[in-house]
Amino acid sequence: MATRSYTSRRELEEHSFHPAVSLLVPLAAIILQALLPKPLPRLAILDLPLIVTLFFAVSRRSPIAGALTGAAIGLVQDALTNQPIGVNGMAKTVIGYAAASIGVQVDVENLSTRILINLGFSLVNSTLLFLINRRLIGQPGFHLSWFHELLRAVINTAVAIPIFVLLDNAKRTD
Amino acid sequence: MQGMDSFFTRFRNQLVLVAVLLAQTIGLAIQVRRPVESATPDPSTISLARYWVVSVVTPFERFFHGFGHNLRYGWTNYIDLRNTREQNAALQKQIADMRIQQAAIAQDAIQGHRLQALLAFQQHYVAATVAAQVIGTSGSDLSRVIYIDKGSADGLKSDQAVITPDGIVGKLRDVFPHTSQVLLINDQTSGAGVLLASTRIRAILRGTSTGRITINNLTADSRIKPGETVLTSGGDQVYPRGLNVGTIESIAPDPDHQPYTLIQLRPAANLSQLEEVLVITGTQPDLPIQAQKDLALGAVTAEAQAQAAAARAAELKAAEEAKSAAEIVADRLPSLRDTVDPNAPPATPAVDGQDSVVKIPHPLPTLHPDRYTPGTTPPAADLTPGSANSLLAPSSVPPSTTNSSASVQKKAPKTPHAQPETSPNP
Repeated sequence: MATRSYTSRRELEEHSFHPAVSLLVPLAAIILQALLPKPLPRLAILDLPLIVTLFFAVSRRSPIAGALTGAAIGLVQDALTNQPIGVNGMAKTVIGYAAASIGVQVDVENLSTRILINLGFSLVNSTLLFLINRRLIGQPGFHLSWFHELLRAVINTAVAIPIFVLLDNAKRTD
Repeated sequence: MQGMDSFFTRFRNQLVLVAVLLAQTIGLAIQVRRPVESATPDPSTISLARYWVVSVVTPFERFFHGFGHNLRYGWTNYIDLRNTREQNAALQKQIADMRIQQAAIAQDAIQGHRLQALLAFQQHYVAATVAAQVIGTSGSDLSRVIYIDKGSADGLKSDQAVITPDGIVGKLRDVFPHTSQVLLINDQTSGAGVLLASTRIRAILRGTSTGRITINNLTADSRIKPGETVLTSGGDQVYPRGLNVGTIESIAPDPDHQPYTLIQLRPAANLSQLEEVLVITGTQPDLPIQAQKDLALGAVTAEAQAQAAAARAAELKAAEEAKSAAEIVADRLPSLRDTVDPNAPPATPAVDGQDSVVKIPHPLPTLHPDRYTPGTTPPAADLTPGSANSLLAPSSVPPSTTNSSASVQKKAPKTPHAQPETSPNP
């Protein structure tokens, strides 16, 4: 009988996904994000691609995979906006990398950790977007309402928890 | 060499991160031009990248939009028809009211066109539009963009204005074969030339990060009041002149740009829930055929109204003149007041209905009646030619108290031998 031996926590909790899941879940998140604000304009406050980026990053626990997943999702997201392609790409690259790096260190299956990760990275995403637009692209007129961004973080966290639970079913342990 | 390998192995994650970020930074540097103009269409390479993504996403958007549209269509057109007759009646009444308003405006419009022609003023009217359905959004509230189901195959081009019957919506940014990206006027990279309707002050409209539309290039002016309508000025070469933009909601000093004021507007079109829009694909210096017909119809209606008003005024004037002539005659011939024409028609109420009984003033009772006093002279039929001229006793009852000559005759003493009346008729 074949036995598996895990030498680290990372190896113990490292998950992979079926290629169809890896492709369709981010695509579904981007399409839903584009569709939902049309009938319900207030749902534009959500960032489903960010939630999916975080989920794949903390589940795979690979900073490179997290960075690349984040970059891909962010670039596609940018292509649908009027912003230069790369604004969301850069922000989500950093977030994917950082989330995967943190996922190696802490127990990301815990509810409190998930709440903190979503809340924190949503605010980090807003900060990165602000810095990229203001400093890198040089748009002095770019403003963010920080109260609005805090509200966005709270709402994203509330939506992310059930999505994480749902997507947990798609995990496969290597 | 081994040390280099160990370096790459050790810092592999960081190196990948830096490489990915660097690649995207270079990509940004290629895209972003100085000055930054997010409202302008992308270069062809970027547009191609967007096109690939849009080609993947829009079929899903079309499917869900079509599904929702058919569901709503089936419900509203076949099932939910309550109050349709009442709505139809209300709309008919609204059309009738608008015809009257149109007639009032038509004369001014015709005069305006005449003056514009005299000044050789070049006006651009909306000549052709393409109706499109909104199928999706950018998905981000930092980028206020919508997607419509018409593209270059339908004759659309970048920078064409997008409107609804209520007001302007935005302009086309990227146009793909069967889909187009519309930049809404409330995006923070949007701008439009506008005109304040009553004060005729020109300004520049801008979107904000919170999705509002503002004017922030005007200094404080007491003439600008909340509620004032804002129209497109036509100066931006995108939106034709005179389209509705919105109304002024609030005016406050701009804390970031003194001494300018921050004027917030309420958009005329509901930008958050757009279903159908019109893309202006062509303008022309003359009014469109239908508008010319409407204008002519309005002018005819206005003329008919003016004629009816003139006829009514003439009728009133004639009645007034007739009344005043009768009063003049009555003043000169007081006895006529007491005569009653048996063939006269019954008194009719006044045309205007304000005073239905015409009051004829009667002379005051005579203090010292003599033979010239009205009512004291016997009728000519009772006089005998050649008889002695006798003085008639004055009537004890003044004629003003009687209403007819018959009553006067009863009260006046009949003198068979009275002299014929020689005195002049008063």
